[in-house]
Amino acid sequence: MSKKTIIKAENLSLTFQTNDGPVHALQDINLEVGKGEFVSFIGPSGCGKTTFLRVMADLEQPTAGHITVNGMSPHEARRSRAYGYVFQAAGLYPWRSIGGNIKLPLEIMGYSRADQAERVKRVLELVDLAGFEKKFPWQLSGGMQQRASIARALAFDADILLMDEPFGALDEIVRDHLNEQLLHLWASTQKTICFVTHSIPEAVYLSTKIVVMSPRPGRIADVIESPLPRERPLEIRDTPEFIEIAHRVREGLRAGHGYD
Amino acid sequence: MRSVLPVFTVMAVIIAIWYAAAVSMNSGWAYDQAERAGKELSFPELISNTMSQDRARLPAPHQVAVEIWKTTVEKKVTSKRSLIFHGWITLNATLWGFALGGVIGLSLAIAIVYSRVMEMGVMPWAVISQTIPIVAIAPMIIVMMSLMGIEERLVPKAIIAAYLCFFPVLVGMIKGLRSPDQMQLDLLRTYHASPTQSFWKLRFPSSMPYLFTSLKIGIAAALVGTIVGELPTGALRGLGARILVGDQFGPPIRIWSALIVAALLAGALVTIVGVLQKITLKRMGMLR
Repeated sequence: MSKKTIIKAENLSLTFQTNDGPVHALQDINLEVGKGEFVSFIGPSGCGKTTFLRVMADLEQPTAGHITVNGMSPHEARRSRAYGYVFQAAGLYPWRSIGGNIKLPLEIMGYSRADQAERVKRVLELVDLAGFEKKFPWQLSGGMQQRASIARALAFDADILLMDEPFGALDEIVRDHLNEQLLHLWASTQKTICFVTHSIPEAVYLSTKIVVMSPRPGRIADVIESPLPRERPLEIRDTPEFIEIAHRVREGLRAGHGYD
Repeated sequence: MRSVLPVFTVMAVIIAIWYAAAVSMNSGWAYDQAERAGKELSFPELISNTMSQDRARLPAPHQVAVEIWKTTVEKKVTSKRSLIFHGWITLNATLWGFALGGVIGLSLAIAIVYSRVMEMGVMPWAVISQTIPIVAIAPMIIVMMSLMGIEERLVPKAIIAAYLCFFPVLVGMIKGLRSPDQMQLDLLRTYHASPTQSFWKLRFPSSMPYLFTSLKIGIAAALVGTIVGELPTGALRGLGARILVGDQFGPPIRIWSALIVAALLAGALVTIVGVLQKITLKRMGMLR
């Protein structure tokens, strides 16, 4: 890839000290993510995929190795608000309207009022929630709430979107729909996306690069560059190419003793 | 009005027990009087006698009600015998103590949530402060205040009220300010939010249900503190003084009417906080 490197991890390790002894959450992770890529991290629970994402976000500190985000340390990247983070739960504030929730990062980062209003409008359109600005979270379905939380992460100018199983708690029909929307969003915003999931079809459908991880210690078992085109209708999931990649992901998971 | 029926049922039961107790406690005197007059008391006579003694050991509820009516509605509020006058003295000190205790409790809670040192240093003392009987500390506070030259009765009473009031606010608000889950705190971290921002945007709003619950306990505690502060040193004004005077010199009916008025006052204060709680939480979308 000739594009600019956005995330670069070298021999990255993270060991948690627990009462039962050290837990090697990540061991010798080497990975490069280029600008505009959509990278999925897949693996069984305990493989360190979420931990890796949290290291990128400066929510966990690596115990060895080196990582840069946007050419700086994760801490500097967080300070310069280089990324938006989407959690598994929408985590909207019940006392704020949808518009108010999306304004939250903008208020914290000191955007002007006029700018805030304009941005809220724009990102709500982006996630197909135009007209819901004044509604409160409890008035929205789970899928819509998660879309609002994505809008919240898109509202400020971060080039990177870190997503930690954002659709994990949603049913399959909603999830298909949101996956499709996420691809549109990715195409229209040109962001670099790191996406944690435990669904093979989701990973293959969305990604330009799939990172298969294995547990105990958390390592990268395989990195698959997807040959699928960027333009992907849902039906692409029935093509032989798609099935072949999914097969390779499954093999990678098995090789990493992911089914222990 | 589903919530009213259980309240009235319990009240009816209490009043029934009260009447029964009044008959049994006042019957001794009634029998005495009848014996001296050389008369036999029939059962209806006994009942009507125990319901209407001037210095009944336990005045019947309707006697207390009449006494309260006489000392509130029929007396001028400036009169020393008006319970509204005494109630206002007590209420005033209660509100000052409540405000003081609320501010102290809230500030300590913020300090403790944001500082480990404060938690380890202050929390044990806060707990210890509540193990000391308030009746032991109240006279000392009053004496100390007068030694310091503060003649105003309001100040020591408000301090005693605050002493009882701050603790429930402190404990409730520590829990409330810590109620946001890790994910929400992480989210603010990804925005690189300052501690002040995380307080006003997340911690404080999340703590609202806890705040009002502790304020309800706090305002009732402040009233108890004020009344205790009025008891020990021969205070002449306030519901506490009324209770003490009734206890030592006056007929028992005065204690009872002062007690009932104090209870009604406490009920009203808690209800007001409860209404504020409902309005606030509803507006914040935390109540549906």
